[in-house]
Amino acid sequence: MSDIINIFIKSAFIENLALSYFLGMCSFLAVSKSVKTALGLGIAVVFVQGITMPINWLIDHYLLGEAGIFGMDLTFLRFIIFISTIAALVQLVEMVVEKVSPSLYNSLGIFLPLITVNCAILGGSLFMISKEYNFAQSVSFGLGGGIGWALAIVAIAGIREKLTYSHVPPALRGLGMAFFLTGLMGMAFMGLMGIDPAAFK
Amino acid sequence: MADVQVPVKSESSVFSFGKAEKKLITDPLSDNNPITVQVLGVCSALAVTTLVSKALVMGIAVIFVTAFSNLFTSMLREYIPKSVRMIVQLVIIAFLVTVVELILKAVNYPIWKELSVFIGLIITNCILMGRLEAFAMGNKPWRSFLDGIGNGLGYGIILVMVAVFRELFGKGSLMDFKIIGPTSEYVLNTMEISWLSWYAPNNLAILSPAAMFIIAIIIWVQRSRNPKLVDIS
Repeated sequence: MSDIINIFIKSAFIENLALSYFLGMCSFLAVSKSVKTALGLGIAVVFVQGITMPINWLIDHYLLGEAGIFGMDLTFLRFIIFISTIAALVQLVEMVVEKVSPSLYNSLGIFLPLITVNCAILGGSLFMISKEYNFAQSVSFGLGGGIGWALAIVAIAGIREKLTYSHVPPALRGLGMAFFLTGLMGMAFMGLMGIDPAAFK
Repeated sequence: MADVQVPVKSESSVFSFGKAEKKLITDPLSDNNPITVQVLGVCSALAVTTLVSKALVMGIAVIFVTAFSNLFTSMLREYIPKSVRMIVQLVIIAFLVTVVELILKAVNYPIWKELSVFIGLIITNCILMGRLEAFAMGNKPWRSFLDGIGNGLGYGIILVMVAVFRELFGKGSLMDFKIIGPTSEYVLNTMEISWLSWYAPNNLAILSPAAMFIIAIIIWVQRSRNPKLVDIS
């Protein structure tokens, strides 16, 4: 149990997917102009990350792995299978959300389809494989990673909103400043490395 | 995303290489750079720029994938139904990335080990989808191929530029060849002072925020020199 909480804290804060691995930067920079849209994308990422990670784990172990139903090592198919799973699941999540909660669907809007090509999702799945997590750990890694990413994008969006009122050199306006801010936020998150994971045991 | 639309010439040869074709390759290097202007593919790039050798391998891998995914998509563009084009494009990209990964694993295992998941992340590199959607779906194979090479090169150049700064200031070396800073333990032990050894490697340059700062500075310089690129917002 303790290692599950440990992985959650670690993936949400210390090894933040957005600020220490720079995954999902395309949408991170494009959508972080206002807090409201950033929150929408953040929630969508938590959603999809939390669902795809366990499912990709199951596929990797019971379909592609040596102990799987085909009885042979099919791991070279990992990329194709993972990305198809993610694309299919995003479509599925979109349909379910539309049916169950139209208000949530409207607020997520265009962000759901965008998530298919968000590197944080595929990257999370590949990290989960390379770190050799078990099923419970992969669930907590998925949720933690998603929440960490959402936290980062909302924080950046808040700063960028305030920044509209300050005097930035014209050549740095917009994109350049966003890069500087992301770097500074990354340094701030590095301070969390001081958290001792052993304290959660 | 800026769309490159160069007028098609009425030339008989399929593999012509005139001014318009040359522009396809040189344009993404500066004025339409995928990273600093189109803001595509920042995702998987930054973590691999701690060493120049890693950045070079990554750049070459991306050039290969952009060029051939553009080529194949452009060849198939008339047969792909609009509704499933995303999936088809993703499968083409995933196939090429798998090929690259297997080749790299066989040829240079240590580099493959270091790049780990970032080779796989080429699949979700926005440059690929972006160029397929914006260019390859509407242009002939040869021109799409050149556009792929151009964009891959533009991406690789920024990667290597960032890596040069990070490796030089963070480790004092380039391509693992020591340039500044104390050369070895021998220097430290004997307290020998040479013109090289005054520099203490700056660990911040190895950490990931440094990549962000360097790209921001590149953008700053580029936009100061070419005010047309400045964001209005």
